[in-house]
Amino acid sequence: MSRLEAKGLEVGYGSERGARRVLHGLDVAIPDGVMTVIVGPNACGKSTLLRTLARMLPASAGTVVADGRPTADYGPKELARVLGLLPQSPTAPDGMTVADLVAKGRYPHQSLLRQWSRRDEEAVAAAMGAADVAALAQRPVDELSGGQRQRVWLAMALAQETPLLLLDEPTTYLDIAHQLEVLELARRLAREGRTVVAVLHELHLAFRYADHLVVMSEGQIVAEGEPSAIVTEQLMADVYDLPCRIIPDPLTGTPLVLPLVGTVGHPGATTA
Amino acid sequence: MTTHVLIRVGARSVRFRRRVAWVLLALAAAAVVLAGIGLMLGDYGISPGQVLAALTGGGDDRLAAYFVREVRLPRVVTALVVGAALGVAGSLFQNVTANPLGSPDIIGFTTGAATGALVQIIVLGSDTGSVAIGAVLGGLGTALVVHLLTRPHGLTGQRLVLVGIGVGATLTAVDKLLVVRASLVTAQTAAQWLAGSLNAVLWPRATVALVAVALLIGAAFALARPLQLLTLGDDTARAVGVPAQRVRTLAVLVAVGLVSIATAATGPIAFVALAAPQVSRRLAGTPTSGVAGPALTGAVLVLGSDLLAQRLLAPTELAVGVVTGALGGVYLIGLLALEWRRR
Repeated sequence: MSRLEAKGLEVGYGSERGARRVLHGLDVAIPDGVMTVIVGPNACGKSTLLRTLARMLPASAGTVVADGRPTADYGPKELARVLGLLPQSPTAPDGMTVADLVAKGRYPHQSLLRQWSRRDEEAVAAAMGAADVAALAQRPVDELSGGQRQRVWLAMALAQETPLLLLDEPTTYLDIAHQLEVLELARRLAREGRTVVAVLHELHLAFRYADHLVVMSEGQIVAEGEPSAIVTEQLMADVYDLPCRIIPDPLTGTPLVLPLVGTVGHPGATTA
Repeated sequence: MTTHVLIRVGARSVRFRRRVAWVLLALAAAAVVLAGIGLMLGDYGISPGQVLAALTGGGDDRLAAYFVREVRLPRVVTALVVGAALGVAGSLFQNVTANPLGSPDIIGFTTGAATGALVQIIVLGSDTGSVAIGAVLGGLGTALVVHLLTRPHGLTGQRLVLVGIGVGATLTAVDKLLVVRASLVTAQTAAQWLAGSLNAVLWPRATVALVAVALLIGAAFALARPLQLLTLGDDTARAVGVPAQRVRTLAVLVAVGLVSIATAATGPIAFVALAAPQVSRRLAGTPTSGVAGPALTGAVLVLGSDLLAQRLLAPTELAVGVVTGALGGVYLIGLLALEWRRR
């Protein structure tokens, strides 16, 4: 049994009657100690799944189980010591320094009368080291570049020292170099034994960095496994409605999707 | 991390920034000095030595001892307590709404407490001593109305500010109507009370305010850390284990309690709740305001303003609300100008 599992998840938005079902009886088991990447077209429910796993959204039916216990039974701080979440495009107040922001990740380990221990100090230093933001410690977060800022937010989540780490579209709005920086860090964390789950849009990067790939469509998981084992032209056509060619990435051997759209008039375009 | 001061006793620890520690010390010193001046000044001048003697129970000038212990001390204590209450209430509201204008005097809670008190004075015909209950009920009632109006979306940001301004405007009209419909004598009592004054505050009222405010500020301290995390957004706060909605609701209740008790003690004192958290935040150089800074800043502002109000046109005493209103008006214009320039 893995550390993070969900059974029979039903999640919808809106009122009871006019509800729009987003997840329909979904089961998933996240493999331990590797990087899982969730992909799928817009509105397929991938962020909803991630947020439900993190208990940010309530499930109308089904359970999420973390370390053998339903997450519904955890206290707020207790869950935050097991499971960390980096939400989509978080914001810090103007003038807050990197060191202060990362230190806030220690909240679930602290209390009113125990605000700062040696353990907190060490965890913050380790998190800033791992995310390579120690040199920025005294800089205000709002003055950093997008990539630096995202690494700072990751450092805050790392300071939480959770064995499970969920990242909701951590590369959105970043240029390619910064996207790679964030994904390299996420992969390194998985290599060090954490269980990392990320929702990504960029298929090329998702296939390159995923140890375990989850492909979603219309609130269901349609395929999961190692990217090179499950990604096929047929799957891409079914899920994204996208005629494409798939070749092995010349550098990594992972699947590389070459869309046929936009190639009309070019040699080979009509053979699909 | 040399920028922080860490106080550790066994497994317990409190941590704050070095500059914050200095600012808190300076504010506390200012409060002590102003309190000393407040005990000395008056139509019956009393020397520092006599003040000390009166406070420690010695001294042979019985008139001086009476003035210090029974007249000026309750007034000084009330000024400090009411200022601290307003400062902390403002800080709580501004953190909940993430908006420097989200202060109880702008969004109608102070007005609500005043309405409750006016109903007590004018409709029920009580004297100004027993308006406390009316003020607390008025404040809580206003909170309930605002809560119901914002409920589908929760107590957050812009919506709370706008709904609050609307409710506040309506209540201001109700206040005016109440005063107009009252008899001349009660209208005068009401108008005096509405100006916000520390004149003739004696121990019974000072003690009630002191105890209630101390309890609520204790609660505010417990809420301060989770509330700070809410400034990072609900998702981030919840991800580190902050029950966002519960913390927000509790913070609003504590803040309404503080405003209502302060208003009950002295009548509405304008602008302190708005200005104190922002002034202390700028002094301390922190991105958000906490509890201790706004409490001390508010205490210094109200006590300082009251000294001005007493002595500016002596022997005529102004209401302290007039002075804070004048100072606060200038401050508000400055704040708005600064906000607009940043856009």
